[in-house]
Amino acid sequence: MTEQADDELWSAIGDPSRRRVLDLLVSNGAVSASWLAGRVPFSRQAVSKHLAVLEDAGLVSRRKQGREVLYQVQAGRLDQATQAMAGLAAQWDRRLAAIKGLAEAAHAEAQREGRAGRHDG
Amino acid sequence: MPGLMIEREILIEAPPRVVWRTITEPAQMSLWFADRVDLVVEPGAHGHMQFGDQGGPVVVETVDPPNRFSFRWNHLQGEEPVAGNSMLVEFTLTQEGSERTRIRVTESGHELRAWPDAEKQRYADEHREGWGDFLDRLAKAVAERRPE
Repeated sequence: MTEQADDELWSAIGDPSRRRVLDLLVSNGAVSASWLAGRVPFSRQAVSKHLAVLEDAGLVSRRKQGREVLYQVQAGRLDQATQAMAGLAAQWDRRLAAIKGLAEAAHAEAQREGRAGRHDG
Repeated sequence: MPGLMIEREILIEAPPRVVWRTITEPAQMSLWFADRVDLVVEPGAHGHMQFGDQGGPVVVETVDPPNRFSFRWNHLQGEEPVAGNSMLVEFTLTQEGSERTRIRVTESGHELRAWPDAEKQRYADEHREGWGDFLDRLAKAVAERRPE
């Protein structure tokens, strides 16, 4: 089962608006919320909310520069997300391999018993 | 589909009706999946899966033998798994030749959270790649930026 921390991460990334915000942060480095708001089809308030969720998930950090607050991507957390994703994929690969083994064994047995592949096991 | 997360597949040397039984019969499911499976494979059925000392409810969505089987799980504690709070696991079985089955599994979730349908569709059209691609791309872009 997925850990709670990962739930927060998937939930943060699962929202298309937030993926768009992350995309912009990755391409442009440290930028302000107003700068982001000028490049997305939603309000400044929505941008702030999305940034807060991304910050909670550890994907984005903020720092003050003069009178501005700048946001940037947290590379380490992003790497962690990528690895967690690879882990989930590997888990399904193992499960599919097990299904393959079980189904092929059942099929071979049914054929040996001369039932033309019927698996009444 | 927006927000798609994991997609894997494998080719099996057995017809779909055999593979179907492997993926949907609780006794078989406990051999490749959970340690204990209490589940009636019917649309809307509520069941339970136990993995070691962890476990949780599962809700069956689609049962279309021998082609499609899906269920929801990994919802937040204390909530019923429904669209928007849980992960959806979908199996699709496609016959190849007379005795082979290609089985594809996807695990996705959170994509329906508070999004108007039109917006979801628009985004899906623009972003056909899933979360995996998105993260790969982002991780690469971040790695490239690091030396700065």
